[in-house]
Amino acid sequence: MPPNKNDVMDDHWLVRPATIRLLWWGGLTILALTVLADLFLTPHPHFGIDGSFGFYAWFGFLTCAAMVAGAKALGLVLSRKDTYYQESDDND
Amino acid sequence: MIDALPPGMVLIFGAFILPLISRAMRPALLLALPVVTMSLIWNQDIGHSLNIAFLDYTLTPIKMDALSRLFATIFTLMAFAGSLYALKQKRIVELVAANVYAGSAIGVALAGDLITVFVFWEIMAVASTVVIWSAGTDASYRASMRYVLVHLFGGVILMSGIIWHVGETGSVDFQAMVADGPARWLILIGFLLNAGAPPFSAWLPDAYPEASFSGTVFLSAFTTKTAVYVLLRGFPGEEILIFVGLYMVFYGIIYALLENDMRRILTYSIVNQVGFMITGIGIGTEMALNGAAAHAFTHIIYKALLLMSAGSVLLMTEKRKCTDLGGLFRTMPLTMTCGIIGALAISAFPLTSGFISKSMVAQAAADEHLKMVWMFLTAASAGVFLHAGIKFPWFVFFQKDSGLRPPEPPLNMRISMVFLAVLCIGLGVWPETLYAILPYPVDYAPYTTGHVVKMLQLLLFSGLAFFLLLPLMKRTLTITLDIDWFYRHAGVRIARILARVFGRAIERAEAKMDLGLATVIRLVFRHHGPEGALARTSLVGSMVQWVVVLLGVYLVLFLLV
Repeated sequence: MPPNKNDVMDDHWLVRPATIRLLWWGGLTILALTVLADLFLTPHPHFGIDGSFGFYAWFGFLTCAAMVAGAKALGLVLSRKDTYYQESDDND
Repeated sequence: MIDALPPGMVLIFGAFILPLISRAMRPALLLALPVVTMSLIWNQDIGHSLNIAFLDYTLTPIKMDALSRLFATIFTLMAFAGSLYALKQKRIVELVAANVYAGSAIGVALAGDLITVFVFWEIMAVASTVVIWSAGTDASYRASMRYVLVHLFGGVILMSGIIWHVGETGSVDFQAMVADGPARWLILIGFLLNAGAPPFSAWLPDAYPEASFSGTVFLSAFTTKTAVYVLLRGFPGEEILIFVGLYMVFYGIIYALLENDMRRILTYSIVNQVGFMITGIGIGTEMALNGAAAHAFTHIIYKALLLMSAGSVLLMTEKRKCTDLGGLFRTMPLTMTCGIIGALAISAFPLTSGFISKSMVAQAAADEHLKMVWMFLTAASAGVFLHAGIKFPWFVFFQKDSGLRPPEPPLNMRISMVFLAVLCIGLGVWPETLYAILPYPVDYAPYTTGHVVKMLQLLLFSGLAFFLLLPLMKRTLTITLDIDWFYRHAGVRIARILARVFGRAIERAEAKMDLGLATVIRLVFRHHGPEGALARTSLVGSMVQWVVVLLGVYLVLFLLV
């Protein structure tokens, strides 16, 4: 009997653990390749630091981590329930 | 004859014909208007201008140069794509307003004098307010009122600046200025307010996501990008714009990271992207200005594409929060693919339109040896992938299985998404087509091996950071307070307290006044009321009697004297 269309959707091949494991390995390989490509390129730095090995990789990663941390910290102070303004509107 | 017709007017007048014709004819007119407008724009030669004497001034509704043509072209293209997407929109008022909005944006882009700029600027404010308001919900009504207040306020600042400037210089010509006095400062502030610059950035993510599924697509294109245009023409190389732009870049990223509403994420990223353009305008070299202009062009396309993808999800699921969405790739593969192409373009992936435009701004910073600016821009480029490039597709189409199985949106919406997706990739693969219509000659090759490898490193490691830090980015049912808190919350509270305090004093004063007034009224009533001595009606007989008496007195006096 052919599988029910709903079953196919619920157990989609893309969300199976095996696929996700494969995606992680594939992704990490590509990451490594982009950094290794630096070995074959002559750097043309504008400022010095941007000529260091794998600069764009570590700089991108670290600044992204910093931005997530910064957002998290700001969220501690400024986050409110998403009904915040509705509640204050209701008091009109 | 045709040369004397400002192209934007085609959309503005055409819009008002829409409600008058039959429903079956509307799609044809909606799609024909931008096509006619585009042909008018491209039939006018560079250097063509139209002058009209008005009072003591000469107005210039058309002044065609490369910069004007670039923006008029992208606005018209957007009117076409947006109309195609909105063909099934039942609220005709939104379509009328959206076309007037697009037409007036083209009006600003082609205006050669400050008065014409201001007139179209204000028409845009009103038309865009109607676009938000026509979503028809209570939230959209409130948001549209907050939106119009901010923009009318900005309009007053701009008008004060223009009047002051014209008074000082005697000229209404719209040319490059330097912020060297209060008149120019006011103009600059008026322009920046529409760009979503600090401190008034909050109007944008507050209002745009409250519009209908198609309304937000129109809104994303015109207001902020006309602001970029007027800044490009009016204040190139104004150094403060570098700082304003960098602030906007990071404001957009941080707030988008905290956001849960999918379309609000994308509107925060409008502020972020406009920040790149404004930084470029602040740097002010030909490379930077070309970069800002090119980025405005590509941005309008991919941001509209992203919002079309989000609008399709909203229309088909009636859900807008990341916490409610997820796993939609199963049944909306085309919407997902188009959304991902838009996301790759906004992130400036090689072979997409963002790659060939944004890198010009960063290159300009490097050429000028602005080390810190360059570092911030590079970090922000990574941040764009983080907050929009992965976050939007991930939380909407993947993330978890929300159990939602919506079908793809109607055919016209799918076609318009594919149209813009093709443009995103086409411009990325053939950048010469865009470079050829930029304001300055382009001496820049985006596709060097080094540049492609660097960009891939930056973006892919930003992606790695996203997935490693995913637990920190779990979506919550929250919003993030912004400057608008002061007028949405604190202002209301203060107004209430003032009303209470002064209300009592006013009541007391009124009571006293009532007493005084009552006395006056009684007095007037006694003499002039129906029974008052001065208001009584008299008989003709007694009138004659009184005349006789007066004549008698007159006679006696005459004899005596």
